Amino acid sequence: MSESVEEVREHIKLYWKIGAALMVLTVVTVAIAYIDFSVPVAIFVALVVAATKGSLVSSYFMHLIGERKWILGTLLLTVLFFIVLIFIPLMGHLDTYGNRVTVPNSNAESPSEVAH
Amino acid sequence: MDIPYIVQERPDTGLTNVKLGIWLFLASEVMLFGGLFSTYILLRINATDWPLGSDILNVPIGTFNTVVLISSSVTMVMCYAALKLDDLAGYKKYMAATIGLSVLFLGVKFYEYADKFSHGDYPSGSTFLAIYFTLTGLHALHIVSGVVVNGYFLGPGAALWNTNKEQFINRIEAAGLYWHFVDLVWIFLFPVLYLL
Repeated sequence: MSESVEEVREHIKLYWKIGAALMVLTVVTVAIAYIDFSVPVAIFVALVVAATKGSLVSSYFMHLIGERKWILGTLLLTVLFFIVLIFIPLMGHLDTYGNRVTVPNSNAESPSEVAH
Repeated sequence: MDIPYIVQERPDTGLTNVKLGIWLFLASEVMLFGGLFSTYILLRINATDWPLGSDILNVPIGTFNTVVLISSSVTMVMCYAALKLDDLAGYKKYMAATIGLSVLFLGVKFYEYADKFSHGDYPSGSTFLAIYFTLTGLHALHIVSGVVVNGYFLGPGAALWNTNKEQFINRIEAAGLYWHFVDLVWIFLFPVLYLL
């Protein structure tokens, strides 16, 4: 993919802007952590901001915008498997709903307090 | 025999072997870190209680390291842009900055680990600490690998520029894709471990 000098110079300006946006979003990530949200809302908001930052990095720094279909297809398949991987523990948790199984040593100060 | 499609794109995929190869590698890396993120979720949802990351970890230091890594991602993409502008001196400047920022990140991480160990906080101390050290340790190993590869491209590897510019640019693009992926992983690790 050959680009003209002018196109590359335009891209350089964009890279600096994306870098600045990532810095601002990092500050936002930390700032919202100090807002008194409930845990599920805090997780949702933090992951939305992280996903926004991630999409900026992948779209512009990794040039996924305008990338070939073979790359996008590979990544689509990866994302599908990644989602399955992430939901496996959640599905397992739902399966044991009402019959809670706890993991030992989960930051417990005294191991004797942890249910086995 | 020359290896085909290093510089020239394959007619069927429209990609060089380098490009397809690095993306397939990154896909496997997504699954590697995905498995550990899945482990984190499994441990957290089944725990009787889970600490707030900011109660255990130092948020200002984590934020500083995030800024350092994002800055290194910017300098890395500038390496690629400098080569596209036929500016080898600019490339070397930005690559040196990338390596410097990477070493700074590792130094801060070393300080964080040393501080935790000095307080008796080891991976065996709790499930949170175990997954924290596993995830950040694996990430730090990726940073070390990136420093080694980028160091090679700043030093002896840069000689390729004199004989085959296009191939060298492709190599830097691949190294950059890896580096941005490492940055991407940290973008998710930071809030998950330090803030939630």
